[in-house]
Amino acid sequence: MKKALLVVWLMTLSMAVAAPRATAQGGAVKLNAAGATFPTPIYTKWFDVYHTAHPNIEINYQSIGSGGGIRQLQSGTVDFGASDGPMSDEQLAQSKFKILHFPTVLGAVVPTYNIAGITGELNFTQKALAGIYLGTITKWNDPEIAKANPGVNLPAADIVVVHRSDGSGTSYIWTDFLSKVSDDWKTKVGKANTSVNWPVGLGGKGNEGVTGLVKQTPNAIGYIELIYAVQNSIPYGKVQNAAGKFVKADLASVTAAAAADAKNIPDDFRVSITNAPGPTVYPISSFTWLLIPAQIQDAAKRDAIKDFLKWMVTDGQKFNEGLTYAQLPKEVIARETKAISLIQ
Amino acid sequence: MSALRITWRKSLNFVMLTLTGVAAFAVVSVLFLILGYLIWNGGASLSWKFFTQLPKPVGETGGGMANAIVGSLKLLFLAAVMGLPVGLLAGVYLAEFGGKTFSFIVRYTTDLLNGVPSIVIGIFAYSLAVLPVKHFSALAGGVALGIMVIPITVRSTEEFLRAVPGNMREAAMALGASRWKTIATVVLPAASGGILTGMLLALARVAGETAPLLFTAFGNRFWSQGWGQPIASLPVMIYTYAVAPYDDWHRQAWAAGLVLLGLVLLSNLGARFILARSKVV
Amino acid sequence: MSAAATTLAHEVPPQAGPRAFLHRLRQGDQIAHLLTLTFAAVILLLTSMLVYELWINSHLSRTQFGWAFFWTKVWDPNFDNFGAAPFIYGTLVTSAVALLLAVPLGLASAIFLSELAPRKVSDSISFLIDLLAAVPSVIYGLLGIFIVVPLMRTTLGPLLINTVGNVPYIGVLFRGPNYGVGFLTAGIVLAIMVVPFIISVSREVLLTVPREQREAAMALGATRWESTWQVVVPWARTGIMGSVFLALARALGETMAVTMVIGNAAAIKASLLAPGDTIASTIANQFTEATGDLYLSSLIELGLVLFLITFILNGLARILIVATERGGGRPA
Repeated sequence: MKKALLVVWLMTLSMAVAAPRATAQGGAVKLNAAGATFPTPIYTKWFDVYHTAHPNIEINYQSIGSGGGIRQLQSGTVDFGASDGPMSDEQLAQSKFKILHFPTVLGAVVPTYNIAGITGELNFTQKALAGIYLGTITKWNDPEIAKANPGVNLPAADIVVVHRSDGSGTSYIWTDFLSKVSDDWKTKVGKANTSVNWPVGLGGKGNEGVTGLVKQTPNAIGYIELIYAVQNSIPYGKVQNAAGKFVKADLASVTAAAAADAKNIPDDFRVSITNAPGPTVYPISSFTWLLIPAQIQDAAKRDAIKDFLKWMVTDGQKFNEGLTYAQLPKEVIARETKAISLIQ
Repeated sequence: MSALRITWRKSLNFVMLTLTGVAAFAVVSVLFLILGYLIWNGGASLSWKFFTQLPKPVGETGGGMANAIVGSLKLLFLAAVMGLPVGLLAGVYLAEFGGKTFSFIVRYTTDLLNGVPSIVIGIFAYSLAVLPVKHFSALAGGVALGIMVIPITVRSTEEFLRAVPGNMREAAMALGASRWKTIATVVLPAASGGILTGMLLALARVAGETAPLLFTAFGNRFWSQGWGQPIASLPVMIYTYAVAPYDDWHRQAWAAGLVLLGLVLLSNLGARFILARSKVV
Repeated sequence: MSAAATTLAHEVPPQAGPRAFLHRLRQGDQIAHLLTLTFAAVILLLTSMLVYELWINSHLSRTQFGWAFFWTKVWDPNFDNFGAAPFIYGTLVTSAVALLLAVPLGLASAIFLSELAPRKVSDSISFLIDLLAAVPSVIYGLLGIFIVVPLMRTTLGPLLINTVGNVPYIGVLFRGPNYGVGFLTAGIVLAIMVVPFIISVSREVLLTVPREQREAAMALGATRWESTWQVVVPWARTGIMGSVFLALARALGETMAVTMVIGNAAAIKASLLAPGDTIASTIANQFTEATGDLYLSSLIELGLVLFLITFILNGLARILIVATERGGGRPA
């Protein structure tokens, strides 16, 4: 009897082991990638569509955060990484091999909130956002918030600040913006970084985790990629830009941010477009990048990655707008196509 | 005075005994309400698709966790292959051959290893099986779980071998069997029910482990072929899906929770059943 | 060690060569001995490698921060400044909350099950409770997120702030803002996780207390409660302590359930309703994404700290058992 049970157990296990073998295809190329959660919705869509068109190529993308994307690429545990914050000069100098940045889409980080009775868009001044995340503004009816939202009945409730618990490119974009617009932020917390020593608040893992926490917690504020707010139909606010206007994040305002800074894009594509000039610009916009080793030993993997990149800058871009990411500017695509051929 | 004291003692008796009853009732009902909630929610979310389909791209509804279910079973298989033999033989050593000092050290270390938090085992498996080969893999996850299987197997094996009556050994030896022959043909079979129980319990325990898999087996949205690829597992999927904002993912997390719970509890019940049947020894 | 050395000495054959090998094989005993010994040694090897890896890989952080690592309150990846104090604090506080809730409830339930409940009821409830002890921690985390957190946020949190929060001295423990997640929530989830352990082990120990003990106390005129509390429980106290240690060890090292409900903020706050972080949850959140060698090394040092805590607890539990055996009480 007991032996029979053990045999059943082992058989189940070995069936489990054998099952996927049967579906294995000859000459399959399996790529592992990890990193940013900000573009995860579009990346998983792309990798799915691309896999359908090229059944022998599978790209397994794990959204562990931009910091993780950089770390895992540097330690060689993934084939390529992804990040919303470009790698710093120090990080590039530290890696044992050369890493190239490829912009993939443009996105926006939006302040999202969960206040009972408020479904409309709140206006956030630059000071208000910095104050909330520094912990100097603690109530929703603080004058700094109220003056930008006349006629809105803000509650006297404590603000529940939600930030990321993992190394995150969304945090990078957010703190990049805050450090540009607030000197207090710059001196107390520092420059843009994927990992931050947050003065206040609670942490959620990934864009998914922050969205989840904001959705569940009354009077919470969080910062997330636009698509996460749209997919979950939770409200998000307008943010005051460099020209002093309150702008809502959408395809046009994000594209405007890229256009305003397009001429400043360096050859390695590492550029920050937060707080870009212009009245129609959404100020917390950013490119997001794939991080690809300049040299790839495995020829099959190299070809697959190059082919995917070519597909991504052309056919792939068509999927962007359905998921509220803006397409790359034409000029960037042209330069990127050239850069793809440099991968060896 | 004395009457008052007796009344006081009697009422204290009554109050305290009632309180223990209330505590027992509260604890048991909370625990079962919680489990009931899981079964209710998980059952409502289970569907055929859950067992047969791969996860959908982020934010799209539908899809299932077929790869994670298979992944968990594969990881368990690896853990069994790597951990059980070590645990079994080390247990035999402690029960049958061990000297005093060395056995004490082994026993102490085993208990220590058993107490090491799973997240620390994860770090160890990461430096042991991920860093040298430079990629996350099912194998690395198996190493992490395998290490956790060892101490439980050792102690249960030793315990059940010791429970075998000495006269059985003596009888076999008297018939001229050598020591190892006695162990292999008399002692081990006599204790096999108990040992098997211990093994099943060990596997059941690691089946639900999440922390050590986060940075060894990692995760995979597709099928994982062979042993060298990152692989999905039910516990990690539950974690990722539970903290996400999507209602559909929450439903799937409940379903996955129910499946995992079923797997674990069935192994437990199976183990107890085996033990009950083999008590005759 | 000496025992191992002597056994190995016996193993050395008088003459080498295939014949001697065959002879030994036929004997078998020594081979079996050597084989099982090897596997026992594997356990030692694995454990020493574990310590070695933690020690070596935390080298950078150890030399950089020294002992200050333990009381530095900052965890700042931006400026490469790392201290473990918030996480050690979080680990201790959540475990303390868990034990404060779980020990009285668990012990009371165990007393009820062993002393009052009919044996059949007691046995079947214990069987179910044993099964609960096997439920994976990620499932408790799942239930924590969707049951305990909303309950804390809407009912329990405000209730505590409005009542206990106004009491002098202990009031600071229950001040707002109330997030739903935090130390207390993590403590409650941990309590739910460890209570089955306490009940199961304590009940078993209480049942081993000889019947005469109870009868003697009752014969002297003690009430049921007096005989239980003044005779039976003290008799079983070491075993009960054992169950508490077991629960404590599980609570300290628990990762997933805590990570999902504690709020993940590296801060030391007086209020139990504030979000925090434990050693294990920090490693789970940040290990794969730590950029920079010092960052990673500090995380591994956190792992080392957690290992040392379990090492010490294990030692204490051992001493407890030895003390019981010497003291003539019942071993757990």
